[in-house]
Amino acid sequence: MIDYKTEEEVEIQRESSLLVGKTLAEVAKLIQPGVTTLELDKVAEEFIRDHHAIPGFKGYNGFPNSLCTSVNEQVVHGIPNNKPLKNGDIVSVDCGVLKNGFYGDSAYTFAVGEVSAEIQQLLDVTKQSLLLGMEQAIVGNRIGDIGYTIQKYCESYGYGVVRELVGHGLGRSLHESPEVPNYGRKRSGLKLKEGLVLAIEPMINLGVKEVKQLSDGWTIVTADGKPSAHFEHDVAIRKGKVLVLSTFEHIEEVIKNK
Amino acid sequence: MAKQASIELDGTIIEALSNAMFKVELENGHVIVAHISGKMRMHYIKILPGDKVKLEMSPYDLTKGRITYRYKN
Repeated sequence: MIDYKTEEEVEIQRESSLLVGKTLAEVAKLIQPGVTTLELDKVAEEFIRDHHAIPGFKGYNGFPNSLCTSVNEQVVHGIPNNKPLKNGDIVSVDCGVLKNGFYGDSAYTFAVGEVSAEIQQLLDVTKQSLLLGMEQAIVGNRIGDIGYTIQKYCESYGYGVVRELVGHGLGRSLHESPEVPNYGRKRSGLKLKEGLVLAIEPMINLGVKEVKQLSDGWTIVTADGKPSAHFEHDVAIRKGKVLVLSTFEHIEEVIKNK
Repeated sequence: MAKQASIELDGTIIEALSNAMFKVELENGHVIVAHISGKMRMHYIKILPGDKVKLEMSPYDLTKGRITYRYKN
């Protein structure tokens, strides 16, 4: 069942998405060599609860923490742990909150200290592919248009686009219909209508597109052990121009002032 | 949090259970319980033991499936 949201519901949901953006900015302040992902998780959970919201991931299908922190070759769903981050690592921080009955869900991949030019390009291309994909999320286009744009842009750089994990509808539950793959054919899939809220999240590997799941039941890693980047925005479908609910503004301000 | 894409598989019906549920043997040998999609019910697509079908599964529960297509012969 696809849940099309009214204008009011989109406004409420925007609040949740913005809170995720602010939480990620708090996390961004702490990211430097030596910090552990468990510390990041603790800060994020406190920040979310201080703003009268509930961490969206904690307890979701048994996930133990508030953040998904995926370091280097981990694609997504990494569980925060006690291992300190090193200079040159990249860490994808995925965060979700539940506020006023609606979920917000957003992710950003941070560079820890100085990263190599190769990895920096992976981050830039992944983020750019997300922005290009979002431009396709307007009334009259189809789900396949989003995936096609992301896939074409990333594969032109020789990167691998993960198939096993997809973006999703977002609203009163964290994962709603429809699925939003980051690959696809033009003019295929569900037709986008006003009121649809989607989480678009390209997961792009430096090497091959294949991934595998670790025995903890959550962490997804690349099959060849090369790094992977992940960015995610929430968007509401509108006529003509996409309405972006989440924001990277706060995060990028923190990164710039570092 | 990224969603696990649903898995599409082929299988063969081995037994019809009550409530429009079926026991299905997958190509990889596993036997699971599957129900018919609403769209197939709406179009009165009948399924009998021995039919080859397409199934949708969620990686979160590998014991259940959803029949989305019955192959013609």
